Amino acid sequence: MTSIVDQRKNKFNRYKDLRNNPTELLEPVIKPVKEYDAADRINDICDSGTFERFEFEFPETNPLEFEGYVEKKQELRGETGWHDAIIAGSCKIGGYKAVVVVMDKRFMMASMGIELGETVCRSCEYAMNHHLPLIIFTASGGARMQEGILSLMQMAKTSAVIEKFKEAGGLYIAVLTHPTTGGVSASFATLGDITLAEPNALVGFAGPRVIEQTIGQKLPQGFQRAEFLEEHGFVDAVVKREDLKDTLAKILMLHH
Amino acid sequence: MKAIDRVLKARDKDRPKITDYIDNVFTDFFEQKGDLLGKDDASIYGGIALFHGQPVTVLGHRKGNDVSENVICNFGMPGPEGYRKALRLMKQAEKFNRPIITFVDTPGAYPGLEAEMYGISQAISGNLAAMSTLKVPVITIVTGEGSSGGALGIAVANKVYMLENAVYSVLSPEGFASILWHDSAKRDEAAEAMKLTAADLLEFGVIDGIISERGIELSVVNETDEVKNYSRLYSRVDKQIATALKELSKLGAEELAKDRFNKFRSFDEAYLKVDASARMENV
Repeated sequence: MTSIVDQRKNKFNRYKDLRNNPTELLEPVIKPVKEYDAADRINDICDSGTFERFEFEFPETNPLEFEGYVEKKQELRGETGWHDAIIAGSCKIGGYKAVVVVMDKRFMMASMGIELGETVCRSCEYAMNHHLPLIIFTASGGARMQEGILSLMQMAKTSAVIEKFKEAGGLYIAVLTHPTTGGVSASFATLGDITLAEPNALVGFAGPRVIEQTIGQKLPQGFQRAEFLEEHGFVDAVVKREDLKDTLAKILMLHH
Repeated sequence: MKAIDRVLKARDKDRPKITDYIDNVFTDFFEQKGDLLGKDDASIYGGIALFHGQPVTVLGHRKGNDVSENVICNFGMPGPEGYRKALRLMKQAEKFNRPIITFVDTPGAYPGLEAEMYGISQAISGNLAAMSTLKVPVITIVTGEGSSGGALGIAVANKVYMLENAVYSVLSPEGFASILWHDSAKRDEAAEAMKLTAADLLEFGVIDGIISERGIELSVVNETDEVKNYSRLYSRVDKQIATALKELSKLGAEELAKDRFNKFRSFDEAYLKVDASARMENV
């Protein structure tokens, strides 16, 4: 039995989720009390005690001098413990070494700004220099609006670096998690040698709301969900969260 | 001039279109249609042409000149087929060692049901990745609206230029205002805050130069005058392409790809220097 305080907290968190991710209004789902975050992901995927976080140092960036942006980031740093919406490091998965990058949507919907794009690139370059496979768990609302054109250009930057890594023979596995949209969906998220997706994850370029406004009709059930992508040939497999580690270990083994 | 005025100018339906640039800057244009995968997307227009006698591949967004053309061209909003067609033309240019010139003028990629179903994300990311490795010179000119991934999808170039009144941004000001302030009516403020004018982008280091539009809008008295006035713009565009091609012709195939890679890898390095602020204080 949940206490009244917990019930209130749940309700509060639910509203907060919806504010951050209005697309969910279209298809409400029951959320667990604590959202599955990047730390949970690393715990679940990496062999215990093997994750070594990359210590990239970044200055404060606010290229548009956008009001309130720095304050917002500082507040979120306190809440999440991350410097931006992404953490990266090397680890072992089922005994196989790999570089793992996880995006955390609690931080401004894991929108892509300079720091996030650069973290993807540096992690990829680390993987290239150390001949390791690269695994990115994507989740993003898209471009970081507050960084304007520099945010858009991260799409080209990350895509170029990933392409270079792949041309050099590197294995890149993209794991699409809910939601992966906009500029992230149209750059490194869809460039995997192998692409996995979590069940029911929303993956698409334009948000469902925008599409509905454009075409003036309701979208079909399941549109832009992982299973829809699988059906249309854009993902190798839809894999349940509890099976992801084994699946990744198997793919790493097959490329070892 | 306010940022929003530039946005409106960039969207002006009477601005020269890709068809005008092809007619006036190039000769012997041969249009190539289709993505060879099942569709021709008219919102991307392109083919082979001569630029001062040199074969080049030229392509870009097409909005159309009147309402019926607008509809055919989907107002310059390509679907995945458009980006795949562009990529096909560019890969072919690489094969035949032709420089590539792209013209950007789009409100964005089409946010539609079929576009998603057939992989608009994959088509754009595929172009970004493939363009970064092309072994021929790539030159992009943003002539009108350069909006979002839909613009960038054909704009990973060694040299990127903007017309003076063109804009280039992560999203339309309306979209920006709607996302950040939940009010698309605040587009004027958004346009200002986004820093999307040619001068802003030059300062950010995202583009390499601005093509002046001075003197082209004055005294549009009759049709002859209009042609005359725009001809000044075409000759400036011509000159810019010629200069860029001359500069890039010094680079070999691998160097061209490397040059482009380095440009996009490090355009934002000034924002990533940890000691930048400390050094500023010392100055």
